[in-house]
Amino acid sequence: MTSRRTRKRTADELVLLDTGVANTASIERALGRAGVDRITRTNDPERAARAERVVLPGVGAFAPAMRRLEDDGLVDALRERVQGDRPLLAICLGLQLLGTASLEAPRTKGLGVVDLVARPLDADGGALPLPQQGWNRVSADPGCRVLADGWAAFANGYGFRERPTGWSVATSDYGGRFVAGLERGAVVACQFHPELSSAYGAGLLERFVAARSGVALAAGGLR
Amino acid sequence: MSAMTDGVTDGVTNSTASVRVIPCLDARGGRVVKGVRFRELVDSGDPAELAARYQDEGADELCLLDVSATLDERAACARTVERVRAVLSIPLTVGGGVRDAEAARALLAAGADKVSVNSAAVARPDLLDELATAFGRQATVVAVDALRRGRGDYAVTVRSGSTTLERDAFDWMAEAERRGAGEILLTAVDRDGTGSGYDLDLLARARRAVRVPIVASGGARGADDLVRAARVGATGLLAAGMFHRSEVSIDAAKAALRAEGLEVRP
Repeated sequence: MTSRRTRKRTADELVLLDTGVANTASIERALGRAGVDRITRTNDPERAARAERVVLPGVGAFAPAMRRLEDDGLVDALRERVQGDRPLLAICLGLQLLGTASLEAPRTKGLGVVDLVARPLDADGGALPLPQQGWNRVSADPGCRVLADGWAAFANGYGFRERPTGWSVATSDYGGRFVAGLERGAVVACQFHPELSSAYGAGLLERFVAARSGVALAAGGLR
Repeated sequence: MSAMTDGVTDGVTNSTASVRVIPCLDARGGRVVKGVRFRELVDSGDPAELAARYQDEGADELCLLDVSATLDERAACARTVERVRAVLSIPLTVGGGVRDAEAARALLAAGADKVSVNSAAVARPDLLDELATAFGRQATVVAVDALRRGRGDYAVTVRSGSTTLERDAFDWMAEAERRGAGEILLTAVDRDGTGSGYDLDLLARARRAVRVPIVASGGARGADDLVRAARVGATGLLAAGMFHRSEVSIDAAKAALRAEGLEVRP
């Protein structure tokens, strides 16, 4: 009885949140290649709170994705994870959900852990096609440990066009600079799709999976 | 918060979008087939093997179109998506026979990143709104099969080019964009499989008609064709036969684009 309860309380290795509309097959395959043994697809807020790592995937539109997180009670779990510096990878729309809002759906509030509003990409004042579909060069701040320089696959019409304070930033240029990625401690967010970014994305996922939680380190390396 | 130029070392604004080389696998009953003007299909190999080869050669994205004629063949194609996904770490667009959001969701679950719709969206344009609402514009692709009727005059065709409608192709593209398509896969049906080059007039007019990215399709025979399409504004360059028959490697195609000053992923 005790042992079963203990096992039940063991944190999942990696929880992949199911937003219902994401390209989860692509993400699962890529995480498997990056060395994750067990991926748990669940929206259970308690398991998401306890999991060693959480991935917030990102296909879809801002308002329905936020509504889904609210309905499933995941908003606090995600906010606390960011504030507690525990491993989180937010992908594409996932990055934008960390902001306070998006002009894509001005009445919907984001998670608000990054003090930015997602806006349409500048796209050289409208001269470039929108949404951006394809590969672009990423330049990472020297302080980045997971994000790196390279070419990544994007599929986005919106993004953050300012630099948030308190985060290491990677940027790209699509007729105007935008945030390609953010990281702070164990929390990483990318506007691009690491799962679709070939060797560049594989390297990023491996570094995310290998990075130790700041909390675990403080607790003496407990896993 | 501070301006985006802070700490950005290169400081140069990039006023071009990179172009993508996109091999296309026409799949039927679990095999890759290739025809001329959508007819006379011949076997061109195993989809997962071809996908892996193209990825290794530097393909920027892959397109898998289900050209099945029967329900049995169509069921095999869902498994094909899974098998292709298993070897692929670049974007994958899947199309063919998608009539509703549920079918699109199933393809995304099997491993697609974008879903392409054609005849069903022409018959019921609300489908585009539904897909864009559920999955986002960036995952919603409309495939337009355009038939040249005369100078600057193109009609929409459906059912693999077998039925020509009165509908003006540019008018349909503009409506599709307004409704939520985030990319147009634009095929010149009278050039498909002929190797006579992309229809550059069609591509240039489409680029002026819409703002979403345009993927050029139909007629490519060599790297020069890809360069010409990129110069008139296509940012996706789709080809099948010339890659399947190893007439041009993807590497060589990208080198030719780079040599002409177009931005491509190394």
